[in-house]
Amino acid sequence: MRTSTGVLGRILGKQPIGSAFVVPYVVFLAAVFAYPLGFAVYMSFHDYFFAAPGAIVDRPFVGFENYAEVLSDPAVRRSFVNVGIFLVINVPLTVLLSLGLANALNAAIRWRTFFRVSYYVPYVTASVAVVGVWLFLFNSNGLVNSVLGPLAPDPSWLVNSKLAMPTVAIYVTWKQLGFFILLYLAALQNVSKDLYEAASMDGAGRWKSFWNVTVPGVRPATTLVVLLATVTGANLFTEPYLLTGGGGPDGASASPVLVMYQRGIEQGNPDIGSAIGVLLVIGVLILALVERRFVGKEE
Amino acid sequence: MRSPWRFLALLVGAFVFLFPFYYMLVGSLQTEPDPSVGGAFPEPGNLTGHNYAEINAAIDLGRSLLNSGIFTGGVILGTLVFGVLAGYALARLQFRGRGTVFNLVLLVQVIPFQLLTIPLYVMIVRSYGLADNYLGMILPFAINSTAVFVFRQYFLQLPQELFDAARIDGAGELAILWRVAIPLVKPALLTGVLLTFIGPWNEFLWPFLITKQQDLQPLAVSLSNYLTTVSARAANPFGAVLAGACVLAAPAVALFVVFQRRFISSSLESGVKG
Repeated sequence: MRTSTGVLGRILGKQPIGSAFVVPYVVFLAAVFAYPLGFAVYMSFHDYFFAAPGAIVDRPFVGFENYAEVLSDPAVRRSFVNVGIFLVINVPLTVLLSLGLANALNAAIRWRTFFRVSYYVPYVTASVAVVGVWLFLFNSNGLVNSVLGPLAPDPSWLVNSKLAMPTVAIYVTWKQLGFFILLYLAALQNVSKDLYEAASMDGAGRWKSFWNVTVPGVRPATTLVVLLATVTGANLFTEPYLLTGGGGPDGASASPVLVMYQRGIEQGNPDIGSAIGVLLVIGVLILALVERRFVGKEE
Repeated sequence: MRSPWRFLALLVGAFVFLFPFYYMLVGSLQTEPDPSVGGAFPEPGNLTGHNYAEINAAIDLGRSLLNSGIFTGGVILGTLVFGVLAGYALARLQFRGRGTVFNLVLLVQVIPFQLLTIPLYVMIVRSYGLADNYLGMILPFAINSTAVFVFRQYFLQLPQELFDAARIDGAGELAILWRVAIPLVKPALLTGVLLTFIGPWNEFLWPFLITKQQDLQPLAVSLSNYLTTVSARAANPFGAVLAGACVLAAPAVALFVVFQRRFISSSLESGVKG
């Protein structure tokens, strides 16, 4: 295909064939993201139920009825509180630990490759596999409790209604940390060496130059880390499903996606499930905007 | 932070990250589960391969691995074909709507995918009847947007003269992509494959929802079903679960250890800069 010029070129661009190259991807996004999103909103405003394929059934518009039902459901409210607890623990811990470890790794240090690889091993491993060993470790008479001896919590971690959600939050922090360390490592390469030299000429110590040069220098990465950690938290499903046996004890670690699955698919109410999903999307969007404002602000 | 302290902190970190994996392996080889501190050290009298036989009898490891492989392979193929096309167009071709498509690539990175589960389930399982079907499994993941972004970043780094010269010679865009651009960005393809691999290989919720037949379940799904339902009846449930966990974890860990250089430096740096 030759480069087209002239009027047509100005309208379609110099290489209009580019549109053809992106068509499969755009169709994919429309089918897998845009349409389902619209469909979820549609279902949440209708009395939608599963029917035999091809059957013509009446699914009347019900306004905000599904939302009213969702908001008055104690299990749903509990799950939103739970994800709040999760984020309050997970997001700050993720930022602190990944920036700290990335900064330590960024120096000329022995075994650098070994450290980097060991940090991202949990990230690349399936949660289903790692959950198996965490269950073994944090079980009532597991290794963690036998090391702690009399300090072990009773009831144990995953069956304790106060500790179940924090344990899930720590598990996810541990599992995802490697990815965020990589993001920070990449961001640290862009912090100018001159700034560190200038800081040390001004007599700043290690801590001061970390605070005054590194932290502002990686601010865009921090914004990204906070946003991605929040999205990961909103997606939480596998961990409460497997680690705490379906959001136990008694819903204390149920996540919104877990409740969405129970209501929408197990109990066959996709309209209710969609309403939970729409509320969660709105919640995440609001949270992301707030975080951008606070973390992403310029000095 | 003084250097010895820094090293010590990194060492403690590495222990915290690696110990569960070591413990997974040790636990998978124990005849009797030993949760005491001593049990963390393998003891010759308490070692066995029986747990692997037990999990294999319960969930057919070979078949599950094959299903995981087909699911992952399908996603990688889709990403390599359509993702490379899109990444190339976004980096190197000027056409109407390019900016919009690129913004979409960025936007979908922050959409929590699990939230689309219910409508996707209704569409794929109920409307199209693709339950217990590889196509239904692959479809929602078919093109990895992060990989599209990585491909674009790599194609952007190539010098413009290369493309100008090829165009003057009258080469079509598809030929330029195939003969000029792709040979120069082979590392990007590997990075893209690695990034894409961990998604479907580790994915749980989606294949869990759409596969009810055990002989179509990827390993993550069959292992979790074993964990939640069958394991209570096994002689050494933890041993069998950990054996399955080792089989599920090994391919991903091995790939990333072998290709660790590719995964670390290149793509992410440009991602944060861009």
